[in-house]
Amino acid sequence: MVERRPLLDLISHLVLILGVMVVAFPLYITLVAATHTADVIVQAPMPVVPGNHLLDNLIQAWRGGGDGAGSTAPVARMMTVSLVSALVITVGKIAISLLSAFAIVYFRFPFRQGVFWAIFVTLMLPVEVRIGPTYQVVADLGMLNSYAGLTIPLIASATATFLFRQFFLTVPDELVEAARMDGAGPLRFFKDVLLPLSATSIAALFVIQFIYGWNQYLWPLLVTTNEDMYPVVMGIKRMISGGDAANEWNVVMATALLAMTPPALVVILMQKWFVKGLVDTEK
Amino acid sequence: MAAEKRVQFRNAWLPWVLLAPQVVVIVVFFFWPAGQALVQSLQQHDAFGTSFEWVGLENFQRLFADDTYVASFKTTAVFSVLVAFLGLAIALTLAVFADRVVKGAGWYKTLLIWPYAVAPAVAGVLWLFMFAPSVGVVSHALNRMGIEWNSLLNSNQAMALIVMAAVWKQISYNFLFFLAGLQSIPKSLIEAAAMDGAGPWRRFWTIVFPLLSPTTFFLLVINVVYAFFDTFAIVDASTQGGPGKDTAILVYKVYYDGFKAMDLGGSAAQSVVLMVIVVALTVVQFRFVEKKVTY
Repeated sequence: MVERRPLLDLISHLVLILGVMVVAFPLYITLVAATHTADVIVQAPMPVVPGNHLLDNLIQAWRGGGDGAGSTAPVARMMTVSLVSALVITVGKIAISLLSAFAIVYFRFPFRQGVFWAIFVTLMLPVEVRIGPTYQVVADLGMLNSYAGLTIPLIASATATFLFRQFFLTVPDELVEAARMDGAGPLRFFKDVLLPLSATSIAALFVIQFIYGWNQYLWPLLVTTNEDMYPVVMGIKRMISGGDAANEWNVVMATALLAMTPPALVVILMQKWFVKGLVDTEK
Repeated sequence: MAAEKRVQFRNAWLPWVLLAPQVVVIVVFFFWPAGQALVQSLQQHDAFGTSFEWVGLENFQRLFADDTYVASFKTTAVFSVLVAFLGLAIALTLAVFADRVVKGAGWYKTLLIWPYAVAPAVAGVLWLFMFAPSVGVVSHALNRMGIEWNSLLNSNQAMALIVMAAVWKQISYNFLFFLAGLQSIPKSLIEAAAMDGAGPWRRFWTIVFPLLSPTTFFLLVINVVYAFFDTFAIVDASTQGGPGKDTAILVYKVYYDGFKAMDLGGSAAQSVVLMVIVVALTVVQFRFVEKKVTY
């Protein structure tokens, strides 16, 4: 605090409270809509205080089979698909990036710079710019409507490889020398020295990549045509057909709550690593 | 990039084994498809996908002669400028005040960062619901005030809808980076200016804002990339490019032409144009990152 300015402090709090309220408003509306029946919501304006049908709506969304205009598939299955895909993407990314960063930093071998740049270039090719051909590859490999198709094309990550590379470069050389003197080979060194040291970076990446995996939309939209393999983020969009009253908005909003909960929990509970992960991956 | 370890292991095959999973994935799912996009952009396929002929740059000529594509460029430009400007301005305002307060700063931070976790598609659905012409809370309130709101018919309102949803989702990210940037500005500079009699407003524009410019520039690039590529789900969930094609941003058009209209050559040519844009943005970003180190 540079100086005392009570008025400015008051304005600061007011602006922040206003900001928090505006940011939270859509969440509040979602929550309220998820606690009413469909009939109440279509009689515009919908109430602004919560009703008492939250559990009914959550259960109906969870089990599926309502009478809305859009898809009425059970959300339970979608949540499973989302969870499995997000975890496979997260763990897969971290695993293959740890290995490749280890190889790039700790070994001298021909074409090392070439490999490094090849990984680097993939940063420039987000899935959005190559959807057609990537879809064809996945179709040719018979991976449509499978967890493999949903996850493997997304697990190559230049960001994670860079983060681990940066981190490994800061690990003191003395540790390698000591490990060598004690007769430890590269894999032993990786497992017993490097992995434990990387725990914080791994936690930070876990948060970022879990959210990335959970929130995928375009890719599942392309590679899944079977309702059994829809992740929830894609499933919720299929529940609405235009912005009109024929949708069961109460169930859609209950689904939205379910779809938001896992990533929001990860962000809030792992806030420290989340912030570190964001800042580190962008360096 | 030339950083190296003084001590390294020597092994002829182990590094390749370690690299294998990463290399296989990027070759199969990145380089091969990207190459295919380049090749296909020079071909014309028939309607059944059974035969093709080489057409050179005809796909690109057709693309830029197509009014809807040029319009999509304009739409994307308007959308990106609005999203980047509003997202940065709002987040900076909040960050400046959050940096000031002592009490409750942690709470404000927690309450402001969670939209980052919300999927773009879900964000699109939430905002669509609030502004839905017949049932939405906000659209109802607007109608009461005499503003007729129907984003299904009015393209400016549809654009406003996707801009709001996209900005809302991105504020958290910008806020965190601005806050970190503000906290790294040496307090002694601010105190010196205060002693010289500069008020908060003057201090912000003459000291804080210039010192924050690396963060601002970095976020500007990130936000443009976000508006270009990560907002597909918002558009698809809330307006589906409509009304007409008035909110069909470039990424939406690639998807629509390739998967709904089945125009492979045209879609591949659009992919190539997008790749050029990403490469340009990435180069800008990395040139800047190198400069940031000396700052």
